[in-house]
Amino acid sequence: MMPRPLTAHIHAHRPLSLRDYEKSGGYQAVHKALQKLAPDEITAMVKDSKLRGRGGAGFPTGLKWSLMPLVHDSPRPRYLVINADEMEPGTFKDRLLLEGNPHQMIEATIITAYALQADMAYIFLRWEYKLAAKRLTHAIAEAYDNKYLGNNIQGSAYSLQLHLHVSAGRYMCGEETGLLNSLEGKRAIPRSKPPHATTVGLWGKPTVINNVETLCNIPHIVINGDEWFRGLSHSQDGGTKIYGVSGRVKRPGAWELPMGSSAREVIEEHAGGMTDGFKLRGIIPGGASTNFITEEHIDIGMDYDSLQKVGSRMGTGTMIILDDKTCPVGMVLNLERFFARESCGWCTPCREGLPWIVKTLQAIEEGNGQMRDLDILQFHADNIKLGHTFCALAPGAMEPLESALRYYREDFQQHIRRRRCPWK
Amino acid sequence: MSLEIGMVTIYIDNKPFEVSEGQNLLDAGLALGFDIPYFCWHPALGSVGACRLCAIKQFRDEHDTKGKIVMSCMTPAAEGMRISIDDPDARAFRTRVIEWLMVNHPHDCPVCDEGGECHLQDMTIMTGHVYRSYRFRKRTFRNQYMGPFINHEMNRCIQCYRCIRFYRDYAGGRDLNVFGAHDHVFFGRYKEGILENEFSGNLIEVCPTGVFTDKTLKKHYTRKWDLQTSPSVCVHCGLGCNIIAGERSGKLLRILNRYNAEVNRYFLCDRGRFGYEFVNSDHRARQPLRKRPTAEKTTSGNLLEFDTREEIIRHLEPLLYFGAKVIGIGSPRASLEANYALRTLVGQDDFYLGMSDQDSRLIQLIISILQTGPARTPSLRDIASADAVFVLGEDVTNVAPMLALSLRHSIRQKPLKIVEKLRIPLWHDYAVRDALQNDQGPLFVASPSATRLDEIATQSFRAAPEDLASLGFAVARELDTAMPSLEEMPGEIASLAKKIAHALKEAQRPLIISGMSCGSESVIKAAANIAWTLCDQGHPAELCFTVPECNSMGVGLIGGGSLTEAFRKIDGGEADTVIILENDLYRRADRKAVDAFFGKGAHVIVVDSLLTETALRAEVVLPASSYAEANGTLINNEGRAQRFFKVFQPDDASCESWQWLRDLMEVAGRPEAEKWRSHSDIVVSMTESNDAFKSVLAIAPQADFRISGMKIPRQSPRYSGRTAMHANISVHEPKPDGDQDTPLSFSMEGYEGEPPPALITRYWAPGWNSVQALNKFKGEVRGPLPKSEPCPRLIEPVEIAARSHFEEMPSHLEARAGERLIVPIYHIFGSEELSALAPGIAQMTPQPYLGLNPDDITFFKVQETQKVEFMLQGTLFSLPVKSIPSLPKGVAGLPTGIPGLTGLVLPAWARGFNPAEHEGPS
Repeated sequence: MMPRPLTAHIHAHRPLSLRDYEKSGGYQAVHKALQKLAPDEITAMVKDSKLRGRGGAGFPTGLKWSLMPLVHDSPRPRYLVINADEMEPGTFKDRLLLEGNPHQMIEATIITAYALQADMAYIFLRWEYKLAAKRLTHAIAEAYDNKYLGNNIQGSAYSLQLHLHVSAGRYMCGEETGLLNSLEGKRAIPRSKPPHATTVGLWGKPTVINNVETLCNIPHIVINGDEWFRGLSHSQDGGTKIYGVSGRVKRPGAWELPMGSSAREVIEEHAGGMTDGFKLRGIIPGGASTNFITEEHIDIGMDYDSLQKVGSRMGTGTMIILDDKTCPVGMVLNLERFFARESCGWCTPCREGLPWIVKTLQAIEEGNGQMRDLDILQFHADNIKLGHTFCALAPGAMEPLESALRYYREDFQQHIRRRRCPWK
Repeated sequence: MSLEIGMVTIYIDNKPFEVSEGQNLLDAGLALGFDIPYFCWHPALGSVGACRLCAIKQFRDEHDTKGKIVMSCMTPAAEGMRISIDDPDARAFRTRVIEWLMVNHPHDCPVCDEGGECHLQDMTIMTGHVYRSYRFRKRTFRNQYMGPFINHEMNRCIQCYRCIRFYRDYAGGRDLNVFGAHDHVFFGRYKEGILENEFSGNLIEVCPTGVFTDKTLKKHYTRKWDLQTSPSVCVHCGLGCNIIAGERSGKLLRILNRYNAEVNRYFLCDRGRFGYEFVNSDHRARQPLRKRPTAEKTTSGNLLEFDTREEIIRHLEPLLYFGAKVIGIGSPRASLEANYALRTLVGQDDFYLGMSDQDSRLIQLIISILQTGPARTPSLRDIASADAVFVLGEDVTNVAPMLALSLRHSIRQKPLKIVEKLRIPLWHDYAVRDALQNDQGPLFVASPSATRLDEIATQSFRAAPEDLASLGFAVARELDTAMPSLEEMPGEIASLAKKIAHALKEAQRPLIISGMSCGSESVIKAAANIAWTLCDQGHPAELCFTVPECNSMGVGLIGGGSLTEAFRKIDGGEADTVIILENDLYRRADRKAVDAFFGKGAHVIVVDSLLTETALRAEVVLPASSYAEANGTLINNEGRAQRFFKVFQPDDASCESWQWLRDLMEVAGRPEAEKWRSHSDIVVSMTESNDAFKSVLAIAPQADFRISGMKIPRQSPRYSGRTAMHANISVHEPKPDGDQDTPLSFSMEGYEGEPPPALITRYWAPGWNSVQALNKFKGEVRGPLPKSEPCPRLIEPVEIAARSHFEEMPSHLEARAGERLIVPIYHIFGSEELSALAPGIAQMTPQPYLGLNPDDITFFKVQETQKVEFMLQGTLFSLPVKSIPSLPKGVAGLPTGIPGLTGLVLPAWARGFNPAEHEGPS
């Protein structure tokens, strides 16, 4: 039976109470960390485990932690922030973890904060995740009551305050520097790096921001070791991954599988394959801001590097399937509407470019497109890149557009020539 | 900035250039003369990287042919860096950025006030974007009323965010903000209404498009290229900010900032920017006038116009014959030349400062302190670098507004050391702010009532003036136990004094600010004691005194008697003629004394630009030019001499005050008058007469200065209508007015390049029509203008071995039953005589009121806004009550200087507070 450390205790009904979590082996990692391991030992372990950030960017986690050095004259407080602002369209893996096993999140937080010698931690939670908020609040209270949080955790010298902060609600808050601004009560616009959050972070103090799924791996690494963690994976990157599928498949959902599992495996073995009467036409592998891949790519093991070689990204690993009876233009329009609405308005290309793209796609979809609209869409895709914009939102928004123009150009042209959407 | 600022070599389009290490590439590129387009960067606000217009290409090494696009404003220069400004990808991207901005920008140019000096226009041309491919609708906004100064037109916004960065981050304003997201970002107030911040006018220059424009200019609008402009100096407070004033058709139309690295740098206060309309006021004296011989009343009051200049001379001859007993009352708002001319005419013994007796004493005390002490007087730029500040007795925001802006920067100095450690460049504005958060250095404000700076003060202290002085003396004693001590010091003062002394001692650049606002010699002496003690102990303390008017310091340095002495001379018959220069005596002394003086029947000759109450009682009024119609020198509170230049020649009978006085000297047969033909002549004469003014000669080039044989034009080459505008009088093109007084010309002809800084008439460079052209003028974008004129300060610190400190101790405020000590309350809009005549400023000026603290409102059984009667200096007043909770016990306040409440010499005791029986005008 394949080990599924992240989701082992997630069942259909209620999450484990603290007592039951402890009985299932929960919080053992906290005891081990606080009693037997030094902070830098934990970081070294995480480095060796080859855990990479699960928020979409895939930055090596241990390396990120080491950028906040454990110096005795560090500015204080030091912060750990958990990015639970899951708003990437098509993504619901963090929701699964937070609703399903909040104590796993808290345990992960304590160990990570200890490794970073952080004084305070915040879980920055998406506003719409109301059930997760309720369950986390309850779990945090249980943890405080049982001396897993607060002063002198479990009698050790280490203290940690943990706050759940529910976001006021914008996609930009999922961008780590936008998150910091939002947490500070400011407008959710991003910050320029350098300086990085590990130098000037929350309230100007050293801060590490990690994704929910990333951190949920930490207790398991601490208990079982880095070699075990690497062994769970089919690829260079360590551990398991929660892959998801939405679209016209028989069983949409999320499954924890070895890192490097292929799209075919996820779709056919776990999601039950396409719904009867529909064929696979394309996949957006990792949430809305990743490039389409096609049937020719579905056997590639999905990890951070392999998909990049074919011009896409794993992102969050939650796939959206385009079937052969759905209009690709309409699909891209739907996604671009989201991105345009979520633009924070700080930098010019995103602020002015994304709405222009939406208006253009809408015109095409409604049958009012012109041939030169494709050139307009193309110059946006060509010019809105990382470094050209202030943050990654707009470049991400370009990914489905750019690949749709590549793979489904004929569909765009038909809309324009026939002056209507052929799928309607 | 890094600890050691060295130079590094970078390669721009494969050519090597030396730039400062760590400087951002936009800053460096502009300084080298490259045309890199930008919007959101500002030399005073730093870089944020929002607009993406300053994109350039950066290459890894000589072999990298692809490169990547980076934002020049956010990239620090490093040794060996290779960049390209002209790279085709970079140029194409910059054009795209403009195209994106044009998606929503309205086609307003023909009707937009900004046209002709619009940074967006310039950048659009510079990047080469021409064709519109966007075919959908533009987003629009509703505009807001923001008060009499600023017009709001949000459709034009390109979301560069400069407005709120200036208004909130730099100037500390709270009521302007950004709202919305994606392509619907709105800059405005949370609710329509008058902008609260005293520096809101800078939005006009900070905004690169026509969103925020000058509402006063709109009333008499003209394009920038049609303006005649001169370099000038603001006359509305003692700081002497540099301005560029513009005229057309005989009216002064608007004021722009003129960069001065030491004084105002990039910004002005609203009083200085919008007070200019007094020049166009109906209260101007435009024709020579004399008193009617009989008591016949007509619409023009009791003054008649003279017919010719000969008439005037004839009329005045009998008064000014050789040996006549004439006294002269000078003015702290008249130029140095005018005051000097008057003093020469009447003699030093018969020259009076023209300030209230109290102000005369205080200015002389200040000058003596600055001339005999070791503490340096800082410029506004120095003040922004101070790292611990104690403000004693001043409401800086209302008395010397730009000083408040500098103080907002001084509080960043101490925490900026963190930023150095973290290696964050100072120009990386948001990173610096993220690192600093709310940390600030020490700022202590001690004043009689609340001031705007309290919101950023480490601690504020309120007390009557003498008790403020006690605090000052207590601080000096904390620094040095040899200082005099108070017999009984309340615990509150003792502990605060310790805190302040500690902060000043620990600082590297401690600063003490005081002035004449409290009307107290003790306060000024206490400030001096603190600064001198610090200097004696090896701390380089700086001492800054605010002064009320633009030439308080200048007339003080000339020296003269008090008003009471002047009145006494007339009273005692020692003189029978008095010449009053640019002064309304009803603002300087109480009404009874001034009425008595006029009642004595002396011959009164008034030389003024305004028909003040004093002018209306004169025997002869000689119409003087305002600062915009004259050339002159003003000395600011630092002792810095600065030159203002005539903007236009008005079409009336006025002429410059010093010229009237010269003419009076000619009537009196005085030989010196012969020499004073041009303005340069009187400057030479002035500098030769008084050692203190020797350096005034060098502050600006003399009248004979030329560049390649050419004068410097006051008009742009595009100035239009010069024949048409007079066509109703004559179709012949008139000869342009000559200017024998300055190197400037009243025409378009002359040297088109960059003149010496004192002679800059406008900011323009090829391709740069907006105020951003300033960046093309300077050798280093945030440094002084190249070939800076020496702007000599007339007062520099001295080391005097044996110098005593002030020993006399202030007396504690003793409560008097039924009486209250009235302290002056200052208003940026209204307290200053000239600007109060501008309509927008008049709208913002409060009506006269009596300020009481809530306890006194209860005690006297009055209610807010209801009228209360009281006796002050022998006069019965009836004024509506205003609750001012910050007034200390026993103290009340009056808004001195505002129209309707002039001539009060405060602080003074008032008594007999009772609710007024009848509602009605007071």
